Amino acid sequence: MTTSSTHFVNVGERTNVTGSAAFKKLIMAGDYTRAVEVARSQVENGAQVIDVNMDEGLLDAHAAMTTFLKLIAAEPDIARVPVMIDSSKWDVIEAGLKCVSGKPIVNSISMKEGEEAFLKHARICMNYGAAVVVMAFDELGQADTQARKVEICERAYRLLTGIGFPPEDIIFDPNVFAVATGIEEHNNYGVDFIEATREIKARCPHVHISGGLSNLSFSFRGNEPVRRAMHSVFLYHAIPAGMDMAIVNAGQLDVYDQIDPELRTACEDVVLNRDPEAGDRLVALAERYRGTDAVAEKQAAEWRGLEVTKRLEYALVKGIDAHVVEDTEELRQQVAGRGGRPIEVIEGPLMDGMNVVGDLFGSGKMFLPQVVKSARVMKKAVAHLLPFIEAAKEPGAKGKGKVVMATVKGDVHDIGKNIVGVVLQCNGFEVIDLGVMVPWSRILEAANENDADMIGLSGLITPSLDEMVTVGEEMQRAGMTMPLLIGGATTSKVHTALRIAPAYTGPVVHVLDASRAVGVATTLVSDTQRDDYVVKVAAEYQAVRDAREGKGQNALLPLDVARQRGFVADMALKAPAPAKPGVHVFDDWPLADLVEHIDWTPFFRAWELAGNFPAILDDAVVGESATGLYADARAMLERIVSEKWLTARGIAGLWPCHRHDDDVWVHDRHSVDRRTPDGGSVPEGFRLPDLDRRNEHSTRLPFLRQQIAKREGRANMCLADFIDPAGDWIGGFAVGIHGIDAHLARYRAAHDDYNDILLKALADRLAEAFAEALHAHVRRELWGYAPDEQLTNDALIREQYRGIRPAPGYPACPEHSLKRTLFDLLDAEANVGLELTESFAMLPTAAVSGFYFGHAQAEYFGVARIGEDQVADYAARAGVDLERATRLLRPNLD
Amino acid sequence: MTPRETFKAEAAKRILVTDGAFGTEIQNWKLSEADYAGSLALGHDQKGNNDILALTKPEVPEAIHRAYFEAGADIAETNTFSANRISQADYGAESLVREINVESAALARRIADEFQGRDGRPRFVAGAIGPTNKTLSLSPDVNDPGYREIDFDYLKQVYREQTDALVEGGADFILIETVFDTLNAKAGIMAAIEAGEALGRDLPIMLSMTLTDLSGRNLSGHTVEAFWHAVRHARPLTIGLNCSFGAEQLRPHVKTLSEICDTLIMVYPNAGLPNELGAYDEAPATTAGLVGEWAVAGQVNVLGGCCGSTPAHIKAIAEAVKGLPPRAIPTPAVRTRLAGLEPFTMAA
Repeated sequence: MTTSSTHFVNVGERTNVTGSAAFKKLIMAGDYTRAVEVARSQVENGAQVIDVNMDEGLLDAHAAMTTFLKLIAAEPDIARVPVMIDSSKWDVIEAGLKCVSGKPIVNSISMKEGEEAFLKHARICMNYGAAVVVMAFDELGQADTQARKVEICERAYRLLTGIGFPPEDIIFDPNVFAVATGIEEHNNYGVDFIEATREIKARCPHVHISGGLSNLSFSFRGNEPVRRAMHSVFLYHAIPAGMDMAIVNAGQLDVYDQIDPELRTACEDVVLNRDPEAGDRLVALAERYRGTDAVAEKQAAEWRGLEVTKRLEYALVKGIDAHVVEDTEELRQQVAGRGGRPIEVIEGPLMDGMNVVGDLFGSGKMFLPQVVKSARVMKKAVAHLLPFIEAAKEPGAKGKGKVVMATVKGDVHDIGKNIVGVVLQCNGFEVIDLGVMVPWSRILEAANENDADMIGLSGLITPSLDEMVTVGEEMQRAGMTMPLLIGGATTSKVHTALRIAPAYTGPVVHVLDASRAVGVATTLVSDTQRDDYVVKVAAEYQAVRDAREGKGQNALLPLDVARQRGFVADMALKAPAPAKPGVHVFDDWPLADLVEHIDWTPFFRAWELAGNFPAILDDAVVGESATGLYADARAMLERIVSEKWLTARGIAGLWPCHRHDDDVWVHDRHSVDRRTPDGGSVPEGFRLPDLDRRNEHSTRLPFLRQQIAKREGRANMCLADFIDPAGDWIGGFAVGIHGIDAHLARYRAAHDDYNDILLKALADRLAEAFAEALHAHVRRELWGYAPDEQLTNDALIREQYRGIRPAPGYPACPEHSLKRTLFDLLDAEANVGLELTESFAMLPTAAVSGFYFGHAQAEYFGVARIGEDQVADYAARAGVDLERATRLLRPNLD
Repeated sequence: MTPRETFKAEAAKRILVTDGAFGTEIQNWKLSEADYAGSLALGHDQKGNNDILALTKPEVPEAIHRAYFEAGADIAETNTFSANRISQADYGAESLVREINVESAALARRIADEFQGRDGRPRFVAGAIGPTNKTLSLSPDVNDPGYREIDFDYLKQVYREQTDALVEGGADFILIETVFDTLNAKAGIMAAIEAGEALGRDLPIMLSMTLTDLSGRNLSGHTVEAFWHAVRHARPLTIGLNCSFGAEQLRPHVKTLSEICDTLIMVYPNAGLPNELGAYDEAPATTAGLVGEWAVAGQVNVLGGCCGSTPAHIKAIAEAVKGLPPRAIPTPAVRTRLAGLEPFTMAA
């Protein structure tokens, strides 16, 4: 919770058309995108409140005010600060109040038109929940002298508190007027303001005093150095008197002590009206300062002028690879010139730069996409140096430690593993990456050959969990002692503690995400911290095991009872027979269509950026990082589509079926009848059975049922519950994104992990988008039970449609081997070139498969924990022995 | 005494109890389309239009109110969460908005009075106003962040219609609940203020925000403290949180509100988080234990339940807080408290 409390409030004035010519130009031109950026930079520069003013004769102020306020409301890093709605027109103010959701300030109301209008406006502000700036202005005009300022403000205070207006929500503006104008009556305006401030504060408890500073220096228009000095000097004296708010460009205030003393004294003489000649002196002096202001602007982005080691550090931290080879070469020659070795370039400046990156990442000031970009810069530099190092026959750089990494046998997912690898490399570890589908024997071999300090295993699908246990067991058998790190989406601390750690007596550590990997690895190679850490983790896992043991888990129902408590679907709501039954193959679904269907939120999650799209782009913490990543992703997608890098191949099948207990029997290979019991016609050539009969041509889909005892009235769900025993329809699908390998090879050759990971992550998203698009096509056309469905992508992502598409391996049908049956039904290998590994991971990796259920009550659920009785039952139904069934169902057993 | 005074007097004596969920209770009745539609002959399918039951099957909301009062509730929240012109349009029932609210408030009033008559303990009727499914702060179109589906004045008018009808039916207070968009709430506040002015009497407002992320913000992005700053002008009788997550996740935010708000705190969380079926499994004793901790810590004045809670939950809560002293209302220093999405307090 951030509560800003402060003695002096900067109100940003750059979003005020009367105060900023640049902003006015943008608004007049309707360029609201850049106008919003002005607001953003003000907040970044420290404005605690932003003043928005659209009072310009040629402008529809009402429309401009509401448009702009709504736009900045959509920008969390702007909208976090309160708004000051600034207009001389009441209707513009009220229009603004209707768009602002926090507690804003209205600037301003006054007694110019008498007490009645004043109080009416004040009441409305109160009902909108706004504080107000009250101008020292009454029926007679603006207050100029101290006495008039005090008199008007005091009267307004009495009136406002009289109607219940909270005194703390009153901000008086006693009018800052121009000084040093050459007119004698103006000379005391500065003093009048400062002294009135003091008196008002004393007489009106809880109020604040504000003022627009730019008026003060009006005579010095075009001479910014003098104006800035005058403002700073004025504040220096007005703040102690009680001024606690000013409309000012926060980025352009001078520090009082750093103003040229001669100028400062001249300003002070004018502001405090020390003598009648003060104005003339400042005017004379001011000419010397005119035009000395251009310095600050040009500093940005001149990093190319830095010294070469600094340039490398900058490039690493910012992830800019454009000049890295030439800079590396320049430094190499420099080092060689003084008799040094090429390796020094790596061990010195490059590692220093990466350490900065590592520290920034470790302290949460930098995020994964940036780190991976930094790593790309590093790799390019190292690649350039390697031939020189080898020519000099030097040993390679000695890293912090060696890590052998692999995605285990049967699994093909490696985005997470690659990210961890990159992050470890950024932090000085040597990573030996064995790739995907690596059998335990190769992992052990590589660890021994390379004298590795630790092994890191990764996996995404649940069968990989068992494979990791196997790796642990084999390490134990081989008498190894090095630490074993476990990571990946389905892994967990609990699984690691319960299953893997007991299999291997060496240290076993579950690593939650890439950001933790460095800390864990560093500790494990540390002479001083390692032992304590290993003991601590072992104790933690023992505690997990103990807790598990003692924990009274939810009771399980006997399978027959769970079946009795199954979900009773209303079969009046089942989907009609499909319009186009049978199998439909799509050899090349348009990629451009898939781009439209992408759900971006998981994409950012893959990069460990937490938040929902599109809000994440404006997130206060990761927004900048997410925005950069998103731009890169969009650019790559454009090339993927226009240069046709990838091919989306998919298949959907719709088959008659019936349900018996927890099985669904699919009649895909029958060839008897031509008509379904519910009247659907069947096209020539499509083989259809009598639906009431189960025979040797039927395919059995054994589904699992929830067994956890539930509250009264809650069903123990099973997917089969959504199918009519009297005859029904079920669908299946498999989609994949092909052709990625050539492009990945290109990136790997360029040492470009960033684009390598980016492309894989995008292919995953396209596969998911394909599944969503194909499902919509099935609902509207092929099955056709929702011909009129018109959903936005957002609604699709939130699954606001009829029917579900559960995938084998996911909570509603968690057993992966069902994928084999599904693939056989679809003949997916032959039809769309999708294959399965022995652990039922799909190849190519970016792929999705599942079943379609069209019943209106069909919904997702998790099977969760099941009992031994269901394992035995399942073994019989799936036609496997008990041991295999136990292995397949392991994740759903205790 | 006015309802505001009576309520404050009761709240000074003990922790009050508000009721629990309606939606999940109504589900238990397994009503058919015909049950919902009654004889209204509306064009749309009315199934799921819980609020219309006041007209078509009033025995349902009556039985639920009765069950909650029997469980120990002091407050009945009218079954009118969606009884506004915007939400009813989905059911083609806009023309019935006034009638639904008048009837819903009247039936809650009748039962509240009946229970009050039995034991003399005051019972209150809070006219519940939901957020509608439209938002004033956010654009539904990602490509056009400046776009809004509705405007402030329209929403204010929608709320005013509902407010007037709830008051007509006998509601004591206007409860603007499940506030996911602070600007929507501000329109509701304005409607209630203007309704009170038209009536020529105090119409107390209750405000209840809902959090959409664990860091403690609602959908429009306001932190709980920023929300308090943005709505304090409503002089709310109670302010607090409802729905959101379960009690467990609300803990830090209840504490924050309790420390900063110089009015009564009312919290009625969901009965835990929904399970994979979207159903709520948290047992009454568990919920009561969690919210009871706030009571013990002196952080709340009114407790109740939201989604998934049942009369059994309310009974458990009422028993858990029985005899515990209510939270004492703090007197924070007088400060200018502004807000964007985050709070901003000026020094004195």
